[in-house]
Amino acid sequence: MKLRTLTLGLLSASALAFAAHAESITIATVNNGDMVRMQKLTDDFTKANPDITLNWVTLEENVLRERVTTDIATKGGQYDVMTIGTYEVPIWAKQSWLLPLDKLGDDYDTKDIIPAIAGGLSVDGKLYAAPFYGESSFVMYRKDLMEKAGLTMPDAPTWDFIKQAADKMTDRANGVNGVCLRGKAGWGENMAFLTAMSNSFGARWFDEKWKPQFDQPEWKNTLQFYVDLMKADGPEGASSNGFNENLALFQQGKCGMWIDATVAASFVSDPKNSTVADKVGYALAPDNGLGKRGNWLWAWSLAIPAGTQKAEAAEKFVSWATSKAYAELVASKEGWANAPPGTRSSLYANPEYQKAAPFAKMTLDSINAADPTRPTVKPVPYVGVQFVAIPEFQGLGTTVGQLFSAALAGQSSVDDALKQAQDAATAAMTEGGYIQ
Amino acid sequence: MARAVTTQHKTIATAAAWIVALLIFFPILYTVITSFKSEQEAIQGFNLFPSGTMESYSEVQAQSGYFKFFLNSVLLSVGSTILALLVAIPAAWSMAFSPGKWTKDILMWMLSTKMMPAVAVLFPMYLIFRDTGLLDSRIGLMIMLMLINLPIVVWMLYTYFREIPGEILEAARMDGASLWNEIVYVLTPMAIPGIASTMLLNIILAWNEAFWTIRLTTTEAAPLTAFISSFSSPQGLFWAKLSAASTLAIAPILIMGWFSQKQLVRGLTFGAVK
Repeated sequence: MKLRTLTLGLLSASALAFAAHAESITIATVNNGDMVRMQKLTDDFTKANPDITLNWVTLEENVLRERVTTDIATKGGQYDVMTIGTYEVPIWAKQSWLLPLDKLGDDYDTKDIIPAIAGGLSVDGKLYAAPFYGESSFVMYRKDLMEKAGLTMPDAPTWDFIKQAADKMTDRANGVNGVCLRGKAGWGENMAFLTAMSNSFGARWFDEKWKPQFDQPEWKNTLQFYVDLMKADGPEGASSNGFNENLALFQQGKCGMWIDATVAASFVSDPKNSTVADKVGYALAPDNGLGKRGNWLWAWSLAIPAGTQKAEAAEKFVSWATSKAYAELVASKEGWANAPPGTRSSLYANPEYQKAAPFAKMTLDSINAADPTRPTVKPVPYVGVQFVAIPEFQGLGTTVGQLFSAALAGQSSVDDALKQAQDAATAAMTEGGYIQ
Repeated sequence: MARAVTTQHKTIATAAAWIVALLIFFPILYTVITSFKSEQEAIQGFNLFPSGTMESYSEVQAQSGYFKFFLNSVLLSVGSTILALLVAIPAAWSMAFSPGKWTKDILMWMLSTKMMPAVAVLFPMYLIFRDTGLLDSRIGLMIMLMLINLPIVVWMLYTYFREIPGEILEAARMDGASLWNEIVYVLTPMAIPGIASTMLLNIILAWNEAFWTIRLTTTEAAPLTAFISSFSSPQGLFWAKLSAASTLAIAPILIMGWFSQKQLVRGLTFGAVK
């Protein structure tokens, strides 16, 4: 009898211990507004899944990229969910570093994900990362300054119009620059903008045989136009300006136009932080009549590394964070304007969201206008609108970014910068085995 | 007349020292000032007079608990310093009091390990940590911090020990002191100022180390460097919050440095004048 009691007792104790042993998953993420909001709302997830606890590791974007790359390449197993972008997903999926997301649940509605975004996160028709928020780029402009200049911004402007408007809006005596654009060197900084811009000028990084194309007239036209525009109408020291620097300038009323990420719309229209919140208009990124616009496509997405031991719990979390229900949760707590943008068609069909976010339609149109598989006018051997999805691109993109940033700062001529870019790209492609 | 010149020199020297000190300290001061601004104030250009809001501090605390990171910083910096001293005191003793043919070369070799960029060994170190199960563990990081600061600790202690006359140690040996007793009861008390300043400097170095402490930790062992890093954002202007996080991270070590500055200066100038 005693033995039976003891055995029963032990069995129930171990059952209790098993139930109490919550599975803990570690999520690596960046400190962007939408991500921080998600961390605050995770009670909703843990209430529904009491057996899963969440550990957050928030890192600066470049450090995050380096850390998750190190971890995934060495199968370190430190993370169960990783926040990565459209650049990493195709490369990592091909290396079998990511698990395909095929158990997101019956009510997840994968078809609702905006096709352009889903395409960027899929390899061979399988989704390898779920988009948390997506973005394109567009023109943000000051309606009051545009009116003062006697011009009307079309919904789909050309680069010539942008130049004309920038010339008229520039008022250096009053600290107003006609246009603010990225100049800070980096593959994700100035090269994101310039690569997207070059698409609308018909340029491409490589031809079908991976031969670099910086010696072609399309790149010369792109870079010359950019440097001339910024010299005439850009802010002082533009070669050090990235997203945050331009955001600060625009919010302080020092830019007539700013062409950058659609996610910036929620910042510049926020009266708490922006002095021009009620004066901002939006338009599609400019074109040159060649059939492609200068807008990019990016999605911060949640992916599960192949080395995780907790794939099931991780997928449950990914499903929750990128679901329609999550957008509704954000809306109920912080209003529809704060719902993560750019991932689901249903959000843009929602009249409440359209009312709360005046930039909604333009954001969706911009995302739909980008095609990662056919980014520019001529055919290319790579995927990616503002990047080339090959492992070599981070290093090469930054090198070229430094050369173009130097041209903007006046340290070298446009021709010199392009020649050096051509040499650097040829060397990198030869070394990588792309050019035989 | 001579006295007047001296006073004038003194005034100029003092003024120059203040200017240099202010220049060096200014970035820290401005970080503290910015932490008391709202985000909108923070981006509005140079301004030395904040509105005094504590908003950023409460948001930083709400977003990620400070105390866990702080505790890890204390454990890692103090732990790695103790480990380093345990290794470095005997090493410096042997180099100072019974130098061999290769002592100078060994010292130079030790220092040369500091000349290699840390990122060059990131992958090998990461693999070693992974295979020994030390990723995200405090003990692993203590060993790492001990190793990277060891050359400096050995060098500093070696310099201090060289100032102590070898005859005193010989006298102790004549009186029958064992090697252990010689190091613990004779050498260490005489070198206390040097050891103390080495300790303080090593704690500061370990506290501020931001390459390995960010790359080898995730949640359990992450110190304040990881805490600051989590507030840096590529998309969004959170300068006030970042400043508040930085202020919280540097405050403890700044206060410690302030209180121990006499000891620190005394140790650093130990043996400078003969």
